[in-house]
Amino acid sequence: MIKIKDLQAGIEEKEILRGIDLEINAGEVHAIMGPNGSGKSTLSSIIAGREDYEISGGTIDFEGEDLMDLSPEERAHKGVFLSFQYPVEIPGVTVSNFIKTAINESRKGRGEEAMEAREMLAMMREKTALLEMDKSYLSRSLNEGFSGGEKKRNEIFQMAMLQPKLAILDETDSGLDIDALRIVANGVNKLRSKDNAVLVITHYQRLLDYIEPDFVHVLYNGKIVKSGDKSLALELEAKGYDWIKAENA
Amino acid sequence: MSDEILGEITASEYKYGFTTEIESDTVPPGLNEDVIRLISSKKNEPEWMLEWRLDAYHTWSEMVEPDWPNVHYQKPDFQAISYYSAPKQKKTLDSLDEVDPELLKTFEKLGISLDEQKRLSGVAMDVVVDSVSVATTFKETLAEKGIIFCSMSDAIQEHPELVRKHLGTVVPKRDNFYAALNSAVFTDGSFCYIPKGVHCPMELSTYFRINEAGTGQFERTLLVADSGSFVSYLEGCTAPQRDENQLHAAVVELVAMEDAEIKYSTVQNWFPGDAEGKGGVFNFVTKRGICERNAKISWTQVETGSAVTWKYPSCILKGDHSIGEFYSVAVTNKFQQADTGTKMIHLGKNTKSTIISKGISAGKSHNSYRGLVRVGARAENARNFSQCDSLLMGDQCGAHTFPYIEAQHPSAQIEHEATTSKIGEDQIFYCNQRGIGTEEAIALIVNGYCKEVLNQLPMEFAVEAQKLLEISLEGSVG
Repeated sequence: MIKIKDLQAGIEEKEILRGIDLEINAGEVHAIMGPNGSGKSTLSSIIAGREDYEISGGTIDFEGEDLMDLSPEERAHKGVFLSFQYPVEIPGVTVSNFIKTAINESRKGRGEEAMEAREMLAMMREKTALLEMDKSYLSRSLNEGFSGGEKKRNEIFQMAMLQPKLAILDETDSGLDIDALRIVANGVNKLRSKDNAVLVITHYQRLLDYIEPDFVHVLYNGKIVKSGDKSLALELEAKGYDWIKAENA
Repeated sequence: MSDEILGEITASEYKYGFTTEIESDTVPPGLNEDVIRLISSKKNEPEWMLEWRLDAYHTWSEMVEPDWPNVHYQKPDFQAISYYSAPKQKKTLDSLDEVDPELLKTFEKLGISLDEQKRLSGVAMDVVVDSVSVATTFKETLAEKGIIFCSMSDAIQEHPELVRKHLGTVVPKRDNFYAALNSAVFTDGSFCYIPKGVHCPMELSTYFRINEAGTGQFERTLLVADSGSFVSYLEGCTAPQRDENQLHAAVVELVAMEDAEIKYSTVQNWFPGDAEGKGGVFNFVTKRGICERNAKISWTQVETGSAVTWKYPSCILKGDHSIGEFYSVAVTNKFQQADTGTKMIHLGKNTKSTIISKGISAGKSHNSYRGLVRVGARAENARNFSQCDSLLMGDQCGAHTFPYIEAQHPSAQIEHEATTSKIGEDQIFYCNQRGIGTEEAIALIVNGYCKEVLNQLPMEFAVEAQKLLEISLEGSVG
């Protein structure tokens, strides 16, 4: 689905990613772990198309297309979704209006008809239930006055509505209590299929108890220094990042 | 926001800039007693009206154009303006078939085809092209309820007692420089009277349009809601593109008698000037309403046009328990300048006022909120809540707030909240990531920001207002 080759990127002369290679196929769940400042969020921002970064080398191929040629909204239309670490507030725009606009703009981008109101409503009802959200969520201003947990749940709600091919969850577990974590993870698991893929970015192993990854990668100093199966996450949890740091010193 | 985005804001051209070729009957430029006599006689007015105009003219002659607003412009040469212009084929029309097809085309371009309006919305419209009404619809339905809705010229002919009783009672002739000028030379406008206890069954709507090069436009609107009545009035306008500045100095007076309620909504989309800031409309308007006991006046405005705007729809809360409201969205772009706000004058006991003002500045424009809340010595338990928000797009525009508060009664409760924010790159990227393009994202964010005001507009007007907001900021992003 996505093939990242030798990706190098930075911000204002500062090198952050120093040659990332990563391939994710449909049906797979990958986890990227690593200490603060290792480049995890930079990687997810670049895949989503944030302009703040200077890309100095490498390629990202998404389903046979060069992702670098596409605007952030075109990437979204093709099925790239990013669950933000810090979702922004948009006062006065309700969750339902926002998601309706997002779905229909994405459909328009793909040359499809707008979704019928009845279908949209039914889907909203189903997905709010999936994430154990009260229906009143839908009429609240997007993320305004939301608690940390509500914001993250709202991200996964949008993911459920948009049904992306590749979902990147950027530290979706941060700020969640154990119940919210279970609900969010459960939502993600229900959305997993052989046709889509998930990239989980996290500090901690805890989320991976719920969303079981097929592959775990350790990002350190802008490079993937170790890859393995989910046992690698457990090993990291036990030994800490110092182990990685020492190996790569 | 990037420079490219800002460049495109400035590049967005005025959509409704076109001119209708209709022959006009125009008085030569200049202002003196003779011109006023000519206007009055062309309109076949009674003697008292002429006297009233002349008195206003003499008052105006001794006044000085105000320079306290936070706007800068080349002051108009009042002797270079023509004070009367009427489409030549003017006669009383019974149906749209009789209207010049060229004119109907203009309405279509503006998206306000009467046919459509008639069919879809059930809105009665008194259409003003330049200074004379050319079509009035739904008059009969209104007549059944005893509602009078006609042009000011007709009202002077047919309901002189009502006009004479109320004209100038809310905005006196000598109120200010432009109000005095308007009183002297106004050529037409709308008149509306709602009888006692009548709930007006439809939104009353007027579309104004400036259509004669170099012609000043001096509209006069008088709206009287008798005891216990209700009316919702809509006013909207667009103007054709011009090389020279056009002066517009309207006066709107609202009278809400005991227990009456008036809702007055405006969508203003006059030519704001070209990319260099040339040629836009000057909009110097005096709008004011008076509330008797237990009455309510609510002003809602969406201001997107004009090169220079100077406008403060106000409420005099004279009666006890009366309520004044002001909801405003003012958008300035390119080189536009707006100094707008409201005055809430609390005179009666237990009077309440609410002010919600949302300014949006883009390009190199300047947007000022200027508001006065005054609580008089006898206004026990007066309450006011004001919220003034400013949204900036880019770093070359300005937002200013000038709140004035004068409280002469110790029981007054006055609250003022103000915020200034910028549309953030983060908000736009978030929308982009969800598949929403930057242009749609800005429209979404701006509409959300203005929601409290847009919600006050009647449904069909709210849709148009949203469209206008989008047009005004169209091309503002890359």
